[in-house]
Amino acid sequence: MYTQELDVRGADSTPAADPGVLEQHFLARVDAEQKIEPKEWMPARYRSMLIRQISQHAHSEIVGMLPEGNWITRAPTLRRKAILIAKVQDEAGHGAYLYSAAETLGVSRDELIDQLLSGKAKYSSIFNYPTTTWADVGAIGWLVDGAAIMNQIPLCRCSYGPYARAMVRICREESFHQRQGFDLMLHLARGTAEQKAMAQDALNRWWWPALMMFGPPDASSTHSGESQRWKIKRISNDELRQKFVDFTVPQANFLGLTLPDPLLRWNETRQRHEFGPIDWNEFEQVLKGNGPCNAERLAARRAAHAAGAWVRDAASAYAEKQRLRAARQAA
Amino acid sequence: MDDSRHWPLYEVFVRARGGLDHKHVGSLHAADERMAVEHARDLYTRRQEGVSIWVVPSKAITASDPGETESLFEPARDKIYRHPTFYDIPDEVKTL
Repeated sequence: MYTQELDVRGADSTPAADPGVLEQHFLARVDAEQKIEPKEWMPARYRSMLIRQISQHAHSEIVGMLPEGNWITRAPTLRRKAILIAKVQDEAGHGAYLYSAAETLGVSRDELIDQLLSGKAKYSSIFNYPTTTWADVGAIGWLVDGAAIMNQIPLCRCSYGPYARAMVRICREESFHQRQGFDLMLHLARGTAEQKAMAQDALNRWWWPALMMFGPPDASSTHSGESQRWKIKRISNDELRQKFVDFTVPQANFLGLTLPDPLLRWNETRQRHEFGPIDWNEFEQVLKGNGPCNAERLAARRAAHAAGAWVRDAASAYAEKQRLRAARQAA
Repeated sequence: MDDSRHWPLYEVFVRARGGLDHKHVGSLHAADERMAVEHARDLYTRRQEGVSIWVVPSKAITASDPGETESLFEPARDKIYRHPTFYDIPDEVKTL
């Protein structure tokens, strides 16, 4: 993704221009819907905001492998197992695309991974909920990936080139994630009474956390103003959440499942659904690290990183040996 | 000490189908070129996106300076006579 390591001829010799002029030029380009690329001048706040957002997004993909990964060995059929493995592998890929995009802003992969493993970095609150039944795999694909797509589609047009390009690739793949989840729910909903009850139970537990994925209400969202000015974020949290509800209600009806919200109803005048209040206190608690699985997720990630160290070390040693051998043969 | 820290960065280029150019698709870290190709295959061609992969150490790429974009590329703007549509050819003249 054109990286920081890439050698720009003469970059160091560019005379320092007036920051005011540079910022004007930058804003004019953003207004004209041009993409900002890694080596171009950008406000320090734009850079830090993007590093924060892209790396949190990358961490979410990586941690997002854990709740579903738990079910790979217990998938009920070979077909479902193959699908789930492919999906979890995609999440690893999405994390890798996004770390690459973040690196173009001058932060190193190692720093980002350290931030995740030390617990300093945040990731999406949704992955701190447990996956207690097989139906959760369906509910996650349908609702969590569905909400993610809703959030991510506008990001394909964000002003920062490498982020926008990574999102295009990710959105293409997420569509499979959502559809396989819905397909799984459909099979359960059309199955035995027990299977249908399992699907309903999963929906009951994932619905509200999925709505929280769009972030705090617009009135209390701290980063939104600048982010919208710079065309990183294009659509507000509440607007996206509303769209998600409007899309999902008919899908739940089709499944014959009930959304766990007694206040949910169609508003004919406004041509959209009204829904009950979200428990923002729960959201804050999960974000602060007090969710049901925060500690477990981080511990699993740390253990996986530590257990894989010998593989990375072996690969480094092998690469070094090959380099030395090639050098000896050349001599 | 984890030796994978400081693994070099590679830019990845994929040829989507025979007859097309390799196109830049992203980057990745790897211990060496061979691992870079293997990882590129897993990372960028999970859905038959390609039939051939190039990996290039990012440091080996020299790029034009974004600050010089105008001086490099603007001079071509007023040379419209370089395009075939600049020339009015009478309708009677065929196959030109």
